[in-house]
Amino acid sequence: MDELRELYQQIILEHYRNPRNVGELPDATHKAEGNNPLCGDCLEVALRIINDHIVDIRFRGKGCAISQASASVMTTLLKGKTVKEADELFERFHRLVTGIESPSAQPGTLAAFAGIREFPSRVKCATLAWHTLRAALQNVPEVTTTEE
Amino acid sequence: MDPVATPLSETIVTTWRADFPILQRTVYDKPLTYLDNAATTQKPRTVIEVLRHFYSTLNSNVHRGVYYLSEQATEHYEAARRTVQQYLGAPSPKEIVFVRGTTEAINLVAHCMVRTRLREGSEIVLSHMEHHSNIVPWQLAAEQTGARLRVIPITEQGELDLDHYEALLTERTALVAIVHVSNSLGTINPVRELIQKAHERDIPVLVDGAQAIAHLQVNVQELDCDFYAFSGHKVYGPTGIGALYAKRRWLETFPPYQGGGDMIRQVTFERTLYNEIPYKFEAGTPNIAGAVGLKAALEYVQALGLDTIATHERTLLEYATERLQSIPGLRIIGTARQKAAIISFVVDDVHPHDIGTFLDREGVAIRVGHHCTQPVMSFFGVPATSRASFALYNTLEEIDRFVAALQKAVAFFRM
Repeated sequence: MDELRELYQQIILEHYRNPRNVGELPDATHKAEGNNPLCGDCLEVALRIINDHIVDIRFRGKGCAISQASASVMTTLLKGKTVKEADELFERFHRLVTGIESPSAQPGTLAAFAGIREFPSRVKCATLAWHTLRAALQNVPEVTTTEE
Repeated sequence: MDPVATPLSETIVTTWRADFPILQRTVYDKPLTYLDNAATTQKPRTVIEVLRHFYSTLNSNVHRGVYYLSEQATEHYEAARRTVQQYLGAPSPKEIVFVRGTTEAINLVAHCMVRTRLREGSEIVLSHMEHHSNIVPWQLAAEQTGARLRVIPITEQGELDLDHYEALLTERTALVAIVHVSNSLGTINPVRELIQKAHERDIPVLVDGAQAIAHLQVNVQELDCDFYAFSGHKVYGPTGIGALYAKRRWLETFPPYQGGGDMIRQVTFERTLYNEIPYKFEAGTPNIAGAVGLKAALEYVQALGLDTIATHERTLLEYATERLQSIPGLRIIGTARQKAAIISFVVDDVHPHDIGTFLDREGVAIRVGHHCTQPVMSFFGVPATSRASFALYNTLEEIDRFVAALQKAVAFFRM
C-alpha cells in the first residue's frame, strides 16, 4: 500500500479528478495525437505558440490516473514557457520517471511522479503526454509510445 | 451464490492446486491469485517433470538418427502427435501439424490459402470478436491477393449476429475464419452451426481454438471444421508449442509453408520432392520437448476430466459474475448466454490500468488492456477493459480476494 501511495500521490489523484486545461484549442498552432498501444489510451495535445512562447496549451483524451494527471500537470507547467524551456522540462521529466535523476532536483509537481520508477510497466502512461507534446512541437501529427 | 453450494468438493480443487508448484509462491508478500489464465495457464508438476526428464535422458533430434536416443525422441514426439489427435478427435495423426501456437497455425493456413485459393475478389469472412491473430494474417493475405475481409457483426451481449452471417456467405467466400471462444468477451460461439452453414456452400472453415481448448470438449469430426488451431500454453502445456488440425485433403493440396530440413524427401538444385503430410509442414527441428510437454498437459487434463473441470469453472464464473455486480458502477462487457470462464469489465471513474496496478500489489494478477481485440473495444466504446479469467485451480476464496481488492481499488480512485 505504501508504494501505491508513493505512485498515486495526492497531487496525482487531485489532477486526475480535476484535470486542468482540458478540451479543444480552436486556434492551435501545434497539435499531435499520442497513442499507448499497450492500453489503447490516446491523447491529443494542442498548443498555441506565439514568438516561441507557449501562450496556451490544452489536452483531451481518455486514460488512466497516471496519464491524465501527467497531461494535466504538464499543461500547468508549460503555459508561458518558451519552446526551449519545454524541451528542457521534457528531458527532466524523462530522467525523473526512468530514475536517472532524483526527485529533489525537480519542481514540486513534477517530483510527484518519481514513484513511477518502481512500476516499470507504468512509465509509458506517465510519458505519453510528454511524448505527444514533443511530437506537436516537432510537427509530427501522430506518435506512439512503443519504445521507452 | 453461497460458496458451500459448489458442486465440487473443495478438497478436489485443493488436490488439483497442489499439482501446480507456482501457486505456492507469494507476490509482494501476498498469496498469488492468478486470474490471467486466458493469457497463459500455469503448469502442473507433471509437465515440468516431463520437460526435465526429456532433456535429462532423451534429448536428441527426431526423424534423423539411427541411434537409440534419436529413435526414442522420435517415438515420444510422434506419441505426442497421437495424443493431440485423440484429444481433438481427429481421424488421423497425419492431420496434426505441430506449430509454435495458434498464431503460427493461422499464418500457415493463410499462407497456403494465398497460394491456392485466394484471388482478386475473394472474400474471407471473420467476426468482429476475433483476436488480432485471426485478423492480421488475413489482412496480409488480402493485400497479397486482392481478396477482402467481410466481418460478422456482434450484438450488445457480445454474441454473433447469425442472420447477418448467412448473408455474408456467397460464391465469393473463400474461407470462414472464426473464434471458438472469445478471449475478451468469453462468448462461446455456435461453431458447429456456423460450419454447417458454410459447408452448405462448400466454404471451408478455420476455427481459432486458443481459448476453447482448456475449457470445452473439442471434437473436430463432430464440428466438421476444416482447420482447428490451438496453443499448448493455454491448456497447461509449455509455450512455443501448439497444433493445427487440418483435414487431409487440405494438407495434401497445400504447398509447403516453410522450406528446410525434415519437410523434404529429396533435394537437388533443380527440384525438391516434399515429404508426406504432416512433415511437409514441419520444416527444421521442431519443438520436441514442447510436444512431449504438451502431451503431458493434455493427459493431465484428460485424467481430471474436461467435464469435471468445466463444472468447476462454471461455478467460478457464476460466483464471480454475481460478486462483481455488487460493485457500483461496474459493467460486465460480454454477457452472452454461452460463456467460458472469462469476465471482462469496466468500472466508472476507474481506468483498467490503475485497477491492474492496484490489484497486482494485492497479489492478484488480472489482465488489463485491449486484449488484442481492438475492434471489440471500439464496438463497446471503451479503450480497454479489465479481465479475470479462470482455470481449474482457481477457488471461490480467490474470487473473494479478487473482489475485495477491486473494492479497495475503486474506493481509492473514486472521490
